[in-house]
Amino acid sequence: MHSDRAPLMLKVAAVAGLAFLHLPILLIFLYAFTTEERTYQFPPPGLTLKWFGVAWERPDIWPPLYLSLKVAAISTALALVLGTLAAAAMARARFFGRDSISLLVILPIALPGIITGMSLRSAFAIADIPFSTLTIVLGHATFCVVIVYNNAVARFRRLGGSMLEASADLGANGFQTFRFVILPNLGSALLAGGMLAFALSFDEVIVTTFTAGQQSTLPIWMLNELVRPRQRPVTNVVAIVVFAATFVPILIAYTLTRGGADTAGGGK
Amino acid sequence: MSAALEPAHPPRGPGDRLTGLFWRRPWVLLALLLAPPLLWLGVVYVGSLVALLWQSFYSIDEFSGMVVPELTLKTYAELLRPSNADVILRTATMAAAVTLASAVLAFPIAYYAARYAKGRWKAAFYLGVMLPLWSSYLVKVYAWKLILAKEGIVTWAFEGLGAGNLLNAVLAIPVIGGNSLSTSYMGTFLVFLYVWLPFMILPMQASLERVPATMLEASSDLGARPGQTFRHVILPLAMPGVIAGSIFTFSLTLGDYIIPQIVGSSRLFIGQAVYTLQGTAGNIPLAAAFAVVPILIMLVYLAVARRLGAFDAL
Repeated sequence: MHSDRAPLMLKVAAVAGLAFLHLPILLIFLYAFTTEERTYQFPPPGLTLKWFGVAWERPDIWPPLYLSLKVAAISTALALVLGTLAAAAMARARFFGRDSISLLVILPIALPGIITGMSLRSAFAIADIPFSTLTIVLGHATFCVVIVYNNAVARFRRLGGSMLEASADLGANGFQTFRFVILPNLGSALLAGGMLAFALSFDEVIVTTFTAGQQSTLPIWMLNELVRPRQRPVTNVVAIVVFAATFVPILIAYTLTRGGADTAGGGK
Repeated sequence: MSAALEPAHPPRGPGDRLTGLFWRRPWVLLALLLAPPLLWLGVVYVGSLVALLWQSFYSIDEFSGMVVPELTLKTYAELLRPSNADVILRTATMAAAVTLASAVLAFPIAYYAARYAKGRWKAAFYLGVMLPLWSSYLVKVYAWKLILAKEGIVTWAFEGLGAGNLLNAVLAIPVIGGNSLSTSYMGTFLVFLYVWLPFMILPMQASLERVPATMLEASSDLGARPGQTFRHVILPLAMPGVIAGSIFTFSLTLGDYIIPQIVGSSRLFIGQAVYTLQGTAGNIPLAAAFAVVPILIMLVYLAVARRLGAFDAL
């Protein structure tokens, strides 16, 4: 019989592969405590907690952090509205051009970020639009729509039509059905999609560098520090914050949608 | 028909009347739902893509450095200059290497997760792939800068094992070697592989989950050795997943400019060329033309994949 136990080699390779995916991140944490600020010396010559205080005092970190939070919040809100609308339309009907529309929704995430970024940059150049928070949001909301859409469309499909028909048969109008039937069922999927969209926007750097002009989001701040490092461990402290800000939402999103075929994040 | 569907009670307010309208004319609701997202994506995204194409047919005046807003193929001709063609070839080679390596590395993880992992382990494997996929891109790249630095953990490990000379020998290889891992193509390759690997694992695992275990048993009952089963049963059935994953790894590598900038030699990749041309150089037309290249390569890639029947089983 073809055994149900994995061959040892396969098991070792699989676990080693997972370790390869996770161990590098741990170094970020380690280096946040090093006493060496000029090189990436390993092992660290000594350990200290002072960089957390130093990072807190650095005035150049706060404005990018606020900008990132603001952009992520606005983009997520926009994406929630647009993504849900698109999902509602796609889930309820088959119509001419449906496949083209689903392709259009996926496209911003299927094409490399640099194309989205350079496209927006070209459009701003042609239309003479100056860089602002709005130009960053334009880019971010565009790819955040996909994330919300993916989560919402899967839930709509599971919801099916019979519940909506039952609601209508019991005398509810469309708005009451939306309020009392659709929204409660859709809630956790939207929350998950919103979390993921927020994480994606908060962390985005490739499109942002094309749409930000002189403004600095937290990832752009980090990128500058990577190219021209000053106090290297401070960058690690910020990296830990960024890591947490993306890690926590994805864990919550996973918990919210666990067990379904629509588990969040299957396609980034 | 309409008489049979007459509501049992008269409409009570605008909400009811609108519901009635949506019921009689479903396309009104559909249009209302679709209009906002389509307007957004149509104007912001497709509009920008058109702007990109349009810009790529502009050219730059060599003396004044100003963009000449007349349509021409001059900018595309510039792409064929040896230095620019090198950039494209280098990027495509890297993308192919990264794709192949991630397929090899992803297989054991995807196969184990699809076939052997049960219950809690299955969830652990799923999260184990999802978390690195979603965690901050920049943090991941930064982690590798720490790892590959000359004074970093890799050098330390090699020296601790008494294999420092081996590392130096590897770094001495022409072209892919360099001063340290973090300034060589090998370093760039490793970071690309690390960052895009989860994009290969997930679709591969999805297609492997659909391979029936009975088929593997049949194969071994018919006398196939594990290697033959892999070659003639598992691999063909897993191919759609591999192709789907390779579309991600290939296209993401083609378009990335942060990784080769942080970890790598100073020779440019397509993404870096786009970024520097639109920024400091101010040559938006050439930057746009460069950005069209990954689109074209991906279109060819998708066409070939479809030809090979990669989408039939999806």
